[in-house]
Amino acid sequence: MEGKQIMFVIFAIVIVVFSIFTVTSRKILRAAVSLLMVLIATAGLYFILNYQFLAAVQLTLYAGGIVVLIIFSILLTSQLDHKFEVVELKKTIFSALAALAGFIVVATTILKHTFEADTAAALEVNMEVIGKSLLNTGADGYVLPFELISVLLVAAMIGAIVIAKKGSPVKEEKSNK
Amino acid sequence: MNQGIPLEYYLILASAMFFIGVYGFLTRRNLITILMSVELILNSVNINFLAFNRYLFPGKLDGHFFSLFVIAVAAAEAAVAIAIIINIYRRFTTINVEDVNSLKY
Repeated sequence: MEGKQIMFVIFAIVIVVFSIFTVTSRKILRAAVSLLMVLIATAGLYFILNYQFLAAVQLTLYAGGIVVLIIFSILLTSQLDHKFEVVELKKTIFSALAALAGFIVVATTILKHTFEADTAAALEVNMEVIGKSLLNTGADGYVLPFELISVLLVAAMIGAIVIAKKGSPVKEEKSNK
Repeated sequence: MNQGIPLEYYLILASAMFFIGVYGFLTRRNLITILMSVELILNSVNINFLAFNRYLFPGKLDGHFFSLFVIAVAAAEAAVAIAIIINIYRRFTTINVEDVNSLKY
């Protein structure tokens, strides 16, 4: 096996094992750290696929941003030595069956289907190409979703501030009257 | 350049991650752990997009940008969800979904 394949196997094992930890761990902070490991291993997969920019985005935004946000909210809302109750056996069995059935259906479909690759020459994904296509209004341009995302981020930011502000805005309006 | 790792390996790995996320979504009772399951699901979809882009359409960048936008939406979603969770915690002093059972009081 060459280096790439060995790295892929390592990342795949890390992803599967830590994903299972994330959904079964009875201590919430351990679950969050497992999620961090999954996200970092995913960034490794992006490096194997040769998408360096997206791997960097994954590391800074997901592993750096979202996981820190989740850990902060855990520290604000939970007791750290608290252990979740064991999930009922019936619920575990039925959820596992549903997930397993879905996985088997998807996996058999993937293995049966033969994928036909496009014969176009591989495009090198560097910062110049990414920047030019993000702000391009032409055929291969993504300026519209880019602008939509910026509006969405502003809306999410304002929404988060309004919701998390002390006291609900509805109550304050009523008390003002 | 990608010889040695078939496309199917990526797809199987991503679907395993997706259904582990679904399992967590069904069994968890804490709002934050449910949010973490959703992050797993979104992440597996990103792997799919990038693998398809690299293997089947190497001359285009659609999958690359789609997963970039998915990451941005996931960040916005996480921020709003955590604001809601903190607000719920303030009112109910718990974030267990089964104890949060009144819309207005």
